[in-house]
Amino acid sequence: MQNRIDEHPILGEFKKGKKITFYYDGKKLEGFEGEPIAAALKEAGVMVHRYTKKKHEPRGIFCAIGRCTDCVMVVDGKPNVRTCVTPLKEGMVVQTQYGVLAEPFEEQ
Amino acid sequence: MKRYDLVIVGAGPAGLSAAIEAAKRGLQVIVFDENEKPGGQLFKQIHKFFGSKEHKAKVRGFVIGQQLLAEADEAGVEVVLNATVVGLYMDKEIVVQIDDQVHHYKGDAVIVATGAAENMVTFDGWTLPGVIGAGAAQTMMNLHGIKPGKKILMLGSGNVGLVVGFQLIQAGCEVVALVDAAPRVGGYGVHAAKVARTGVPFYLSHTIVKAEGETEVTGVTIAQVDEHFQFMEGTEKHFDVDTICLAVGLSPMSQLLKMAGCEMEDNPKRGGQVPICNKYGETSIDGIFVAGDVSGIEEASSAMIEGRMAGIAAAHYLGYINGDELEENMSCQTSALEGLRQGMFAPKNRGKILERTEEGVLTSMNLLKKGFVADDEIERYPGVTHRVGIHPVMECTQNIPCNPCQDACPKHCIKIGEKITSLPAVDETAQCIGCGLCVASCSGQAIFLLQEGVEPGFTLITMPYEFLPLPEKGDEGYGLGRNGEKLCKATVIEVKTSKAYDHTNLLTIKVPEEMGMRVRFYKAE
Repeated sequence: MQNRIDEHPILGEFKKGKKITFYYDGKKLEGFEGEPIAAALKEAGVMVHRYTKKKHEPRGIFCAIGRCTDCVMVVDGKPNVRTCVTPLKEGMVVQTQYGVLAEPFEEQ
Repeated sequence: MKRYDLVIVGAGPAGLSAAIEAAKRGLQVIVFDENEKPGGQLFKQIHKFFGSKEHKAKVRGFVIGQQLLAEADEAGVEVVLNATVVGLYMDKEIVVQIDDQVHHYKGDAVIVATGAAENMVTFDGWTLPGVIGAGAAQTMMNLHGIKPGKKILMLGSGNVGLVVGFQLIQAGCEVVALVDAAPRVGGYGVHAAKVARTGVPFYLSHTIVKAEGETEVTGVTIAQVDEHFQFMEGTEKHFDVDTICLAVGLSPMSQLLKMAGCEMEDNPKRGGQVPICNKYGETSIDGIFVAGDVSGIEEASSAMIEGRMAGIAAAHYLGYINGDELEENMSCQTSALEGLRQGMFAPKNRGKILERTEEGVLTSMNLLKKGFVADDEIERYPGVTHRVGIHPVMECTQNIPCNPCQDACPKHCIKIGEKITSLPAVDETAQCIGCGLCVASCSGQAIFLLQEGVEPGFTLITMPYEFLPLPEKGDEGYGLGRNGEKLCKATVIEVKTSKAYDHTNLLTIKVPEEMGMRVRFYKAE
């Protein structure tokens, strides 16, 4: 457990979905069904969600409410998926987005 | 195309309140919201709200959210989620994107309650992963149970920065500093004080020079700014942090209104581009109303009242109530709203330095500059007195619209009076029984119980405590001052938890007598 709040002084324990596995850049990770993909990644210590197309700069969670699009990744092959508002599902394939692709720039 | 009496954009506190009032009067109402869940930002607000009973004071924001949803359900309000309104046109035609389709609706009346978006500031490294908005922090920790970071610097001393800063500590994060380019704390003094006493240093007239790190934040440098907001050389300070949280204000999300052709103005006092509207929220276009932050940045309590007003006004516009009913229905809403717009933080006082309270007491300058009332300032306030035995000490030093403490005391020891913004005073003729209800009822966590002169040489201090792990009776630790500085050893005498306190635990510690008026927080060894 890296970042999960086990017990909160006001909110108590957080209701969680069923524990599931998903894939992040080929690695098998665990998360809870229905939580935002970004939450499960945060727990796993993932900070960089994508690299910008022109300057190749790293980006991660910024607004966490689906507004800024900084946290988009390639999810199940589809680019530009807002990971902060997209619910996690069993077996999802989540990949760092380079520009608009899942392949690192040197392979594009 | 589907037609409704009333289409509402946004299912936050304003939109839901509007929908409830309109549906209750017989209108066929539909509410669209782009989010997965209704309630807007209310479900992230875990602190107790200010105000009086009619404003649901001392109820936590997310509980108010639950109540509002239940009320909307009962009124038969239809809420469509994951539905983004992408266009609002003349004649009140609306296009909504749901999944990959765009749907076309028409409302005989429309209420826009889209709320606000967070402002940002730019500095070197501001796009690095680890730089987040304060709203993001709240969303992660209070909705999803994930800490936004381990060591965090908060930029912004308005109520959002202060409240979120406190919530970060509650979630188990370390807040290394609270920074603001302004020379004075922007939010409520009580919010600042509860952060400061945990030991978070405030840096006013400072801002961020750069966020450090290659692929994510590893540190931050701040520096002092002069009166023209220019960095002063040699004042740089570095902090090791993994997260920088930005709470630098909100801007109304008024684009749809502009698109519809409503008359707009740029009004800095309201937070930016806002529609010109009358007292009930009707814009320059007949039948298009606004409510909540979209028409001027305030907070959720006033948004809910504005929502109710817009809902009632829409009912009148469509002929569901007559003119007399309109005035009658509006009068209690208007007075509730006026109640919230009083005091030192009222819209009319924005940007002013008030040197004295309404009672004529000098304002604490230390509170404005450092986030806590200095030891030599505190005893000038009417809530702060000495007495043999147990008694409340109310460190409420600014006129804000809030009065639950007055009703909480079963012995009527606390006087605020008719005027909701008055500072609470101690009624010397009443006898405190030490029940602690006032401590738990204070949304600002500014009330303490002192037991003086009972055990020779010692004073007992009871304080609100909303952190985990909860100390236990007999624990030894330190008493911290209002600035978070370790002042003396302290022993935990009692920890009280009760449903009536609503998660505000009452922690009683014993400190040397001379520390009774100075110690305001407890830290374990």
